[in-house]
Amino acid sequence: MGNALLQYATILVLTAFVGTEIIAKVPSILHTPLMSGSNAIHGVILVGSMLILGSANTNLEEVLGFLAVILGTLNVVGGFVVTDRMLEMFKSKSPAPRKAQSEEVAQ
Amino acid sequence: MSRGTLIDLIYLVSATTFLVALKGLGSPKHARAGNMIAASGMLLAVVATFFRYVGGRTVNNVNVGSHPLHHVLLILLGIFIGAIVAVPVARFVKMTAMPQLVAIFNGVGGGAACLVSITEFIHIKSTHPATYVTLEVLLGVLIGTVSFAGSAIAFAKLQELMTGRPVTYPGQQVINGIIGAVALVLIVTILVNGSTVLLWVLLALAFVLGIAFVLPIGGADVPVLISLLNAFTGLAVAASGFTLGSNLLIIAGTLVGASGILLTRMMSAAMGRSLSNVLFSAFGSNITASGATEREDGRSVRSGSAEDIAVLLSYASRVVIIPGYGLAVAQGQHVLRELAEMIEAKGIEVFYAIHPVAGRMPGHMNVLLAEANVPYEQLIEMDEANSELQTADVALVVGANDTVNPAAMDDKSSPIYGMPIIRADLAENVIFLKRSMRPGFAGIENELLYNPKTLLVFGDAKDTLTKVVAGVKAMA
Repeated sequence: MGNALLQYATILVLTAFVGTEIIAKVPSILHTPLMSGSNAIHGVILVGSMLILGSANTNLEEVLGFLAVILGTLNVVGGFVVTDRMLEMFKSKSPAPRKAQSEEVAQ
Repeated sequence: MSRGTLIDLIYLVSATTFLVALKGLGSPKHARAGNMIAASGMLLAVVATFFRYVGGRTVNNVNVGSHPLHHVLLILLGIFIGAIVAVPVARFVKMTAMPQLVAIFNGVGGGAACLVSITEFIHIKSTHPATYVTLEVLLGVLIGTVSFAGSAIAFAKLQELMTGRPVTYPGQQVINGIIGAVALVLIVTILVNGSTVLLWVLLALAFVLGIAFVLPIGGADVPVLISLLNAFTGLAVAASGFTLGSNLLIIAGTLVGASGILLTRMMSAAMGRSLSNVLFSAFGSNITASGATEREDGRSVRSGSAEDIAVLLSYASRVVIIPGYGLAVAQGQHVLRELAEMIEAKGIEVFYAIHPVAGRMPGHMNVLLAEANVPYEQLIEMDEANSELQTADVALVVGANDTVNPAAMDDKSSPIYGMPIIRADLAENVIFLKRSMRPGFAGIENELLYNPKTLLVFGDAKDTLTKVVAGVKAMA
């Protein structure tokens, strides 16, 4: 068992803790955008797909790698665009005047 | 600084943007910026990858025999194809179809992770990789494929290409258990003999497992399932990261896996259920029978017309609207907003009470109403809604059902017992706009329909609301 494996395992354990802490207090209205946003983030598999296709030696590897690049791109691009569209809905309304009001009340 | 170190540094920046983005997505103020930050980080990582050297072996801490990426044009072509398909789909699919869209984009991610693991296995097979490397590959293939196949079925259910109800058959849990056990035996065998043929068998088996795992989950539980499959894809990506030796993939994948599992638990908690109950109880499959016997009591419901609603609304002083997915299906949000504005002009107070799981995903209803230009400040959450309802004259339930079902509070035998609900029953009058007497998404009979103060108006929500608007106009 190499040092590399131990290093990766360390990253895995620490990231797992960070991952659960970071979203511990999310209001329920943001559950859907959060799911969609993290969906886009695991689209980073595109980077893995590029590396696979970039080092492919045989036809089989090329075909599988090419498919992986297409699927990975779908995941990344679709994920980010859908999330942005969802969040755009929340923003386009008049929360700004409302916020201004509540700040006035606070004063 | 060497090229490799520089690229690793860029990857570190990307990984950091993912962390910042996830943090931002948890607050309404920073959510959109968070998403943009993650997208920039992703772009950075992809561009940097084009400049990487791959392959080679480490001899005395020096990498020999590595080369720049091959097939750069093919990579660009793949990215181009993926992008021209994804952008229009993501941009122009209706907001009501958002959940299945997330399902499908998650599924392809799982598929990509699986392909990466398989291809790497074929690539390094001749070098007789260590057992733990093979294990990482097998986990990537198994989890990625389950996520891919499961997401496809979830998509089919939400898109109504197949029944949205749980699909059950005798001995289902036993059969799933056997498939799982066979997969485990296969994994051990491949670990020992490194057979590529068996890897393909495992792939096929994982596909079947993904389908079998998702079939008994139906109705309102599908969004929770998608969240879980999203976490699975994250873990599959992390497994691929181990195989490829990529910190970036491990960090991003683990981040999504861990937060996704927590999010899944939070979503089941919002429905008052445990995760294992969601996954294994085939919720709502055997309810129709008991519903039918109940109706034999001969209890009657009070049904009325759009004009009755117009009268009730016009003489109210406080109205709470409780929208559900049926409203979105009928595309009635815009007419509803028009009606609300109209009665508001008469000096009537109007609120929209949003249940945390209204729609098909938590927060889905907020998105749909925001799209129809409903003012943000009129949307109130469940707790506030329930105190408003105590003094409300009319609770107008449009296309919702399970989220106002009092059985969740007083019927211990009900499958939704314990789920927090919006207390439409507290209002002076309850108006239900319903397509038919059919039970809701979870397939459960609703006692509130038989309450003497409830007025039922059957028909398409949009048509009925249009008539109500005309009725209110006529009375002015």
